Amino acid sequence: MSGYAGLLAALVLAPLLPGVINRTKSFFAGRRGPPLLQPYFDLAKLLRKGAVYSTTTTWLFRAGPVVGLAAMLVAAALAPFGGVSAPLAFAGDFLFFAGLLGVARFATMLAALDTGSSFEGMGASREAQFAALAEPAFLLGLTAVAWKTGGLSLSGMLGTTSFATWSGAAAPLALVCVSLLVVFLAENARIPVDDPNTHLELTMIHEVMVLDHGGPDLALIQYAAALKLWVLGSLVVGIALPVRSLAHGWAFAASVAGMLALCVVVGVVESCLARLRLTRVPQLLLGAGVLSLLALFIGLK
Amino acid sequence: MTLLLVALGLLVAGGAAALLCRQSPRAANLLGAGSAAAACALGLVPAVTGLVGGGARLESAWSVPGGSLALAIDPLSAFFLVPLFGLCGLAAVYGAGYLSAAPGGRSPGPPWFHFSWLVAGMVVVVTARNAVLFLVAWEVMSLASYFLVTRDDEREDVREAGWTYLVATHFGNACLIALFALLGPRSLDFADFGPASHAGLLFVLALIGFGTKAGFMPLHVWLPEAHPAAPSHVSAVMSGVMIKMGIYGLLRTLTWLGPPPLWWGGLLIAAGAASGVVAVMFALAQRDLKRVLAYSSVENTSIIALGLGVGLVGLHAGTPGVAVLGLAGALLHVWTHALGKGLLFLGAGAVLHATGTRDLDRLGGLARRMPLTSATFLVGAAAIAGLPPLSGFFSEFLILYGAVQHAGLHSLAAMVALALMSGLAAAVFVRAFGGAFLGVARDDGVRVAHDPGAAMRAPMAILAPALLALGLSTPVLLPALAPVVEQIGGLPARRELDAATAPLAVVVLGSTIFLALVALIAGLRRSLLAGRTVGAAATWDCGYAHPAPRMQYTASSFAQPLTALFGPVLRTRLTWDAPRGLFPAAAAFATRTPDVVREAALRPLFDLVSGALHAMHRLQHGRLHLYVISIALTLVVLLLWRLS
Repeated sequence: MSGYAGLLAALVLAPLLPGVINRTKSFFAGRRGPPLLQPYFDLAKLLRKGAVYSTTTTWLFRAGPVVGLAAMLVAAALAPFGGVSAPLAFAGDFLFFAGLLGVARFATMLAALDTGSSFEGMGASREAQFAALAEPAFLLGLTAVAWKTGGLSLSGMLGTTSFATWSGAAAPLALVCVSLLVVFLAENARIPVDDPNTHLELTMIHEVMVLDHGGPDLALIQYAAALKLWVLGSLVVGIALPVRSLAHGWAFAASVAGMLALCVVVGVVESCLARLRLTRVPQLLLGAGVLSLLALFIGLK
Repeated sequence: MTLLLVALGLLVAGGAAALLCRQSPRAANLLGAGSAAAACALGLVPAVTGLVGGGARLESAWSVPGGSLALAIDPLSAFFLVPLFGLCGLAAVYGAGYLSAAPGGRSPGPPWFHFSWLVAGMVVVVTARNAVLFLVAWEVMSLASYFLVTRDDEREDVREAGWTYLVATHFGNACLIALFALLGPRSLDFADFGPASHAGLLFVLALIGFGTKAGFMPLHVWLPEAHPAAPSHVSAVMSGVMIKMGIYGLLRTLTWLGPPPLWWGGLLIAAGAASGVVAVMFALAQRDLKRVLAYSSVENTSIIALGLGVGLVGLHAGTPGVAVLGLAGALLHVWTHALGKGLLFLGAGAVLHATGTRDLDRLGGLARRMPLTSATFLVGAAAIAGLPPLSGFFSEFLILYGAVQHAGLHSLAAMVALALMSGLAAAVFVRAFGGAFLGVARDDGVRVAHDPGAAMRAPMAILAPALLALGLSTPVLLPALAPVVEQIGGLPARRELDAATAPLAVVVLGSTIFLALVALIAGLRRSLLAGRTVGAAATWDCGYAHPAPRMQYTASSFAQPLTALFGPVLRTRLTWDAPRGLFPAAAAFATRTPDVVREAALRPLFDLVSGALHAMHRLQHGRLHLYVISIALTLVVLLLWRLS
């Protein structure tokens, strides 16, 4: 099974993840909840719609979702899945991965500012702040794994964790896992950093940035968000699950199961925790950075 | 070499001709810009041939003691000459448009004279092979840029900026004179410099002397003052290439000092990390667009310092892979920043030219009014923020890739700093671009802005694609840097650079796929929307009935969460007249973030010095006969001392 199977799984299964999260949350709330495949239905519906654009906006507003999705697609080609190398694996690819996330964020923030709306400005401002603090945690966490495993590519350091690597370096790997989980929640605009279900523009981050987008543009944004959930999630799962010890088919199945389990975890977190006050979020992200740094110190020669 | 001399002659002669041509400002403008642009085009030829291996040397005896009049082009010189001639040529073209529209009908002769001498001075700095010649050229460069900075000397802030610059640059010069005096007690020819016994002291002197020009904190104080004060094409040259002369000097010094001990790399990394992180915070807090860019320049020279530091640490550790990657990343960032920051300053100049303001909180909505300026500024901003597929990403990639391979405390510090800086730099440039170009104009004057004339548009239209091309050609370009890296590091670099091209080639492949996907998805989106109803409406604002442009989120509001987080460092000052009563009438709110080094350290220090020197003020009483007597007395004392 080649790396393309993982890429294909990302492209096809990514919208399933928000569905799983929502079902978990409805279970905890005692509701029946939307169907698991609701995100697919939403995408299909949005793609069939027209659009309305603000008269303030320029080409940058239309480019935002396009660039965001393109960046996320290339990022998906870098992330290993199911214990096999990614199609575009190379030494240092995690830096390119971080760069692509940066491009997507840059385009989204500019599209938000293009509307001239204060709400979207607020969203972009918060996104800029939290992303700037999440980036060191992310890069340092992956560097810690690189130093522990000796691999310089995502495929070399994540898809290959086995029972042996875990027993040899449990402490730094666990620290990185927690740190990356925080980054995963922050980057994907989940509780405790952002609440995707709030109804108040004033309190949102990611959702408010895309407030003015509709129709196919919104479909692109939602699909890109689902892909981001998958891609960043696959990094966390890749470290946590020692799939290298399994046969290929089983490793793949275990990774898919791991992704679904991660979504259940996100759903549980969202059901049990309140969103943090905005001024507290930097502390959480800096905490994640410190965990990554700690993992690095353990790995220092 | 002949072409280089012709270019130098053309610069000097053209500048003088522009100065003398007082009757016709139009002719002076054309003469100054034309000769500078032509000289730069000529100079590019020896620069490029020098880079691909065709070095040249010119030597002749002169009456100055301590060596000969020597000029040479080697790979290191050529590497700095290419962006020098490239950017200065484009800036000259831009300046022709910028100065022709100068208010008040002032003659463009003097600025062209100083511009030509600035370029000539930098060319000689890079090619000089004798310390005296180098220092003279360095001083010419510093003075010429001083006169350019103080062009609008009727404004007090400009005079103060010029004063700060003059003091800072001569503080640096003093260190350089000490450096060269220690390097060559006997001969001042570069060829005779070699490993010295007190190399550590020399390294620190070079770091301070050249670091003042490069703008490492806390020696950067002149940069955020001088860059905004200068005409924009001069800001582009100063930030794009002149501050790189500091980097050049540091690299040239490293070639003489022998194998670096660990603490040199550590010092560079510490200086780069502290300077870069603090500078990017200050960039976030500035309202003046050109001040934002100036602080970002400090951040970018710090990235270069981090790359050099990683390189030196790698050299010490005996890991050529790390050393070569760090040095190559630093070198590549020199080019990236020259093109990118040059472009951004030209864009900022176009904005200033069109709107008359640099205040981000007054601008807005220019993307509609100035399509070319906004598109090119966006490319420059993304490149300097280190986003793929532009060249800024590739240089930062090389440095980080080198640092990751060196599992040590030094490289860890460099990585933490770079990771923090890249996220904050993205915030800086989203804020700067968003504040100036997006949303709706916040001020009446901004609403009538338009793109500048062809002479100012063309350089921006050339620089923006160049940043993409430089990024995508990195795998091809990198092996060509081998001679430069070898000269600095004193180790064979070809094999390591060839090895580094493999991951870079995949980055380029990924970037190409990314660009293709952007085109594909854009086409898909267009075809989906074709034939459907596409409406236009006002921006959604929660049902509020009368939104006004002033209600938009400003650049200051955008940065507030981050500036509040970094408040202890930034010490932003608020002027706040809060609304009072049930029907508040006037209210005002403003923030100002002066430089913390300038305010907390240098201002008290200079107050102290001027207070101490006040006692000597009594000597300056204006009575001429007493002056004459004191001169005569001094001469008599000297004579007696000589005779005894």
